Amino acid sequence: MFCELDVQQVVKGPLDRRTFMKCALASGAALGMTGVAEPAAAMPSGAASESEDNARFVVEAKFYQKLPNRKIKCKLCPRECTVGDKERGYCGVRENRGGVYYTLVHSRVCAAHVDPIEKKPLFHYLPGTTAFSIATAGCNVNCKFCQNWEISQSRPEQIPDDYVSPQRVAEIAKQYNCPTIAYTYSEPVVFAEYLMDAADAGHAAGVRSIVVSNGYMQEDALKTAYGKMDAIKIDLKSFTESYYSKVVTGQLKPVLDSLVTLRKMGKWTEIVYLVLPTLNDGYEEFRGLAKWIKVNLGADVPLHFTQFHPEYLLKNLPITPVPTLERAKEIADAEGLHYVYIGNVPGHPSQNTYCPKCRKMLVERVGFTASQVLIRKNSCPFCQQTIPGIWHA
Amino acid sequence: MGTAHSSSRRDFLSRSLSGAAFLCAGGAMGQLAAAEPLAAESGAAEAKSRVVVARDKLLRGTGSTVDPQRMLALADRAMQALFDRDRPVDAWRKLVRPGETVSLKVNSLGGRGISTNIHLVEAICERLQEAGVKASNIVVWDRDSDEMERAGFHLAIGGDRVQCYGTDRVGYEQNLSAWGSVGSCLSKILTRNCSILINVPVLKDHDGAGVTIALKNMYGVIHNPNKYHPDGCNPFVADVNMLPEIRSRMRLTICDASTAMYEGGPGFKPEHSWNCNVLLASTDPVALDYTGWQIIERKRAEKGWKTLEAEERAPRYIATAADGEHRLGTNDPKKISLIEV
Repeated sequence: MFCELDVQQVVKGPLDRRTFMKCALASGAALGMTGVAEPAAAMPSGAASESEDNARFVVEAKFYQKLPNRKIKCKLCPRECTVGDKERGYCGVRENRGGVYYTLVHSRVCAAHVDPIEKKPLFHYLPGTTAFSIATAGCNVNCKFCQNWEISQSRPEQIPDDYVSPQRVAEIAKQYNCPTIAYTYSEPVVFAEYLMDAADAGHAAGVRSIVVSNGYMQEDALKTAYGKMDAIKIDLKSFTESYYSKVVTGQLKPVLDSLVTLRKMGKWTEIVYLVLPTLNDGYEEFRGLAKWIKVNLGADVPLHFTQFHPEYLLKNLPITPVPTLERAKEIADAEGLHYVYIGNVPGHPSQNTYCPKCRKMLVERVGFTASQVLIRKNSCPFCQQTIPGIWHA
Repeated sequence: MGTAHSSSRRDFLSRSLSGAAFLCAGGAMGQLAAAEPLAAESGAAEAKSRVVVARDKLLRGTGSTVDPQRMLALADRAMQALFDRDRPVDAWRKLVRPGETVSLKVNSLGGRGISTNIHLVEAICERLQEAGVKASNIVVWDRDSDEMERAGFHLAIGGDRVQCYGTDRVGYEQNLSAWGSVGSCLSKILTRNCSILINVPVLKDHDGAGVTIALKNMYGVIHNPNKYHPDGCNPFVADVNMLPEIRSRMRLTICDASTAMYEGGPGFKPEHSWNCNVLLASTDPVALDYTGWQIIERKRAEKGWKTLEAEERAPRYIATAADGEHRLGTNDPKKISLIEV
């Protein structure tokens, strides 16, 4: 059911644009998705326009406000794009047509894989299980280090895709014994309507939903869309506004607000912090981040410090040194966080879960596989310390 | 050329084909002189950038649509004035030489209301062929084929005729091109089917950028223009024009201001449009944009609208394009030679 290339390589590895698309779609075809468009050719095609086919992906957006003169204001993310008639928002996947705002990517899947849940990463959510993982084109930020820029920074019509209805998503997940649907790879904020419908279809079929997101979202949209999620991973890309402005093209504060909102909603949330050499790897930044998490979210929220690999517009930077990641973990541990992980470093002991009380190893991970899970009834079997998370289906 | 808009469009491709055949049969291409360097017009340090404002109050004759013959004559006047030549073909020969592949980047976003006029494109294609460029080596293009058709262009792919299609038919390069704040994949029409780029934009207001004329029209070359609209498109417009694949090919801008728009853009708003009946031509896109901006401001003042500066959407990217980091041209009116014909 997997693409010939390693799934991790597909999403994270240094593949060229065309290989990425072929692989992502080959995987999708193997998963029972049909009607995939051919990658763009070097010579012009005389074929008819695909506009009629594209109509099936167009659904009125849920989060926007109508303005005079056929303009609209998008209320999905803090950017609040004011969009004139026939224009699109910053994300490139929402379009104003005569004063009505539409998403162009409902059921428009451009990448689909069956992934280990550890790859998201979610370490305190059904370890050792798989997630049927899907994405559409588009993103509401433009991270200079994006590993998936081929899809996140493209318009939907620029990349091959397939129509996969919400019900079909749930069917495929069940067919491949995935207890979870994951919305991931690009930025699920921008396909919120599809995510909500797929989550409903999944829940009706007994399949859960999780989202991997930047959390750059307005509160109402967050509550409505991510309220349907069973777990959430937020990429907190830095702890400074200047980094968010220069490297992410977004803002930090709305993301922090989203984390607090999710906490109040009682959603299981894990945080990933991608450490970029020289840009967001200051020890004081690590310390400030850990303190903020402990005060505002609690000590039990897992925090993953992950290794950066050069990609997209930041190929000039080196891979994050492992000692930097280890220092980040030391600082966060010292601030009192209970579950601090190191990611993207295969074989590192800090990818295992340890009991914060007796320090015994509770979940052993090898690569993206949970090779040993000792947690019983949400507790450490050695000292009965409660281990927060969603451990059992 | 036909006089009716629709019949002219139908004739467009067949005339292009016959034009190419005529030139080939006559064996004229091999005898044409090589294109002359453009530096004498605007490149020398002390020289001013020339911007031609060619006007024809009777561009539409007695009707409501542009007259093809008058458009051809207007384009000829603009080019002859810009390159200081007596004959149109001599002006074009300063720009192109036989064997080169020439692409015309039009703007078709505004539908039939305010897109690059088809008769201007026809006029340019006709003169390019007279200057020795094969019809099949000319590509008229924009981002999207459907948009082009809605604007009145007839798609043409293959054969000996002038080619006409959108980037959607060939896609974008898979590798990024980057400069400054911009990282984008570029249309394969530009990178693979074009040695010379002629920019054929329109003149209109833009709610975010202030105005959209020559420089902003290059957003139609990249795959991710939506990422570069914040902050009044500044410095993104200037940075896009600095992408090596664009800058190295850019030779000329002929802005179609037969119809222009002073408010409410970029979508067509008939209530804010006027029959400007002008073509702007220059090898300096910054000087042309500055000149076009002033035309829009004058019309705004005439209609009682605030200046773009007062509306906090002055096109600051024009000054950025002229700064020491970009040097794409000049926005200093003292260094612009305005030629009205």
